[in-house]
Amino acid sequence: MSTDVSTDVSNIPANLKYTKSHEWVRLEADGSIAVGLTHHAQDLLGDMVFVENPTVGRELAQGEECAVVESVKAASDVYAPIAGVVLAVNTDVEASPESINQDAYAAWMFTLKPANAADLDGLLDAAGYAAHVASEAH
Amino acid sequence: MADLKQTPLIYKHREANAKLVDFSGWEMPIHYGSQIEEHHIVRRDAGMFDVSHMLPVDLKGEGARDFLRKLVANNVDKLQTSGKALYSCMLHEGGGVVDDLIIYFLNESWVRIVVNAGCADKDIAWMEVQMAKHAPGLTLTPRRDLAMIAVQGPNAAAKLWQAMPGMQDLAAPMKPFNAVVVGEMFVARTGYTGEDGFEIMLPAKAAPFFWQALLDAGVKPCGLGARDTLRLEAGMNLYGQDMTEATTPLESGLAWTVDLKSERDFIGKQALLNLHFGGKPARQLVGLKLLDRGVLRNHQPVFSEHGEGEITSGSFSPTLNGSIALARVPAGVNIGDTVEVEIRDKRMQAAVVKYPFVRNGQPLV
Repeated sequence: MSTDVSTDVSNIPANLKYTKSHEWVRLEADGSIAVGLTHHAQDLLGDMVFVENPTVGRELAQGEECAVVESVKAASDVYAPIAGVVLAVNTDVEASPESINQDAYAAWMFTLKPANAADLDGLLDAAGYAAHVASEAH
Repeated sequence: MADLKQTPLIYKHREANAKLVDFSGWEMPIHYGSQIEEHHIVRRDAGMFDVSHMLPVDLKGEGARDFLRKLVANNVDKLQTSGKALYSCMLHEGGGVVDDLIIYFLNESWVRIVVNAGCADKDIAWMEVQMAKHAPGLTLTPRRDLAMIAVQGPNAAAKLWQAMPGMQDLAAPMKPFNAVVVGEMFVARTGYTGEDGFEIMLPAKAAPFFWQALLDAGVKPCGLGARDTLRLEAGMNLYGQDMTEATTPLESGLAWTVDLKSERDFIGKQALLNLHFGGKPARQLVGLKLLDRGVLRNHQPVFSEHGEGEITSGSFSPTLNGSIALARVPAGVNIGDTVEVEIRDKRMQAAVVKYPFVRNGQPLV
């Protein structure tokens, strides 16, 4: 019934990688990756009220639906940015979904052990993601 | 957004950094930052909504009451004093709901009817057809020249008087579900939140100044997102979701607004009697409270031992900090039952509860 008509591209850190489905990806020192929702995504969705993470140990294919976030407005699927095994989930974010609104890049949802580290190269960089967000606004 | 209609308050919304969305063809604020905060402001203090997309229609002429006796399902003879308001459904011949509306009775030859934005065109067309048949002497005037602002919350009255001191003498003594004309303003003690509050209609040109005066008095702008969670907690139906042209008021928990007892013959009455064998529908609207984690949403299927149903309005409830819904289920389902709701291929448990869920700031379930 209602569609969003505004956008916010101002908050896209340069040190992260991104997907077209609005996940951010951070490469950790141990070679694992942390995954969360971008600032833009939380801005589109509004106040977060529910987070469901994948189970630890689950093997994910790239692009597989693996988590759900729900805002007051709508439910939204979260996809695996690259293939890998779920190492850990952030139960703090499940208990306080609003932390995604407060600081989207601090509120990681789960971590993955990549099946193939080179897959990271296929993700968008900050400029690429900004362009993607801009293209979706039209 | 070139095709969207705008209210006289669009610049005030932009100034306040509102998130604007397409709402029934209107460019409207969904929130100004946080829908949940706006929700709490209305439950605890005072918030305001631009509801200028809704349409006041003035029905004038001798015999307005007689025409309404035919046009709407509720008993307009309840309207005996000037300013009295009445909530009613307007039905088509088949008993389905054309729209739900509020009728403000000013006198025997002036009645103001406020209709939903998304239904305004079809409502006027419908009313004109019925007028031609039953009351050709009346006039029907859509008031697109008016803006409408809802000020809602426990502190709405105090802050409204602060913003508009001249209004207090006439408006303060008003009981709920009444309206009074104050100069160029039409002030009604009505709303869609389950809190005390006012809906004020005023000339479009004056609306930005009035909005600013309310801001200065500490009334916070709230978007249509909060309005929806507030009305759901208050157990108020939303047209297009909880009732449609395909459902009757008796299937939507609105039997209390349908006058089947008097001799009066309103449009849709015979169909209701035929369909429901004297007033007992096979489906009913109930409240649900989710017992598992998750969020109830519109159209999710509901499973009970009496058969299947469907959620008509589901959301997160900020006041209850859980999920609630209105659902249309078979008549055998009772308050206190546990039913299952399918959320993303999983069956979740929900309690069948009485609604409203929240009234005047207090949780009721």
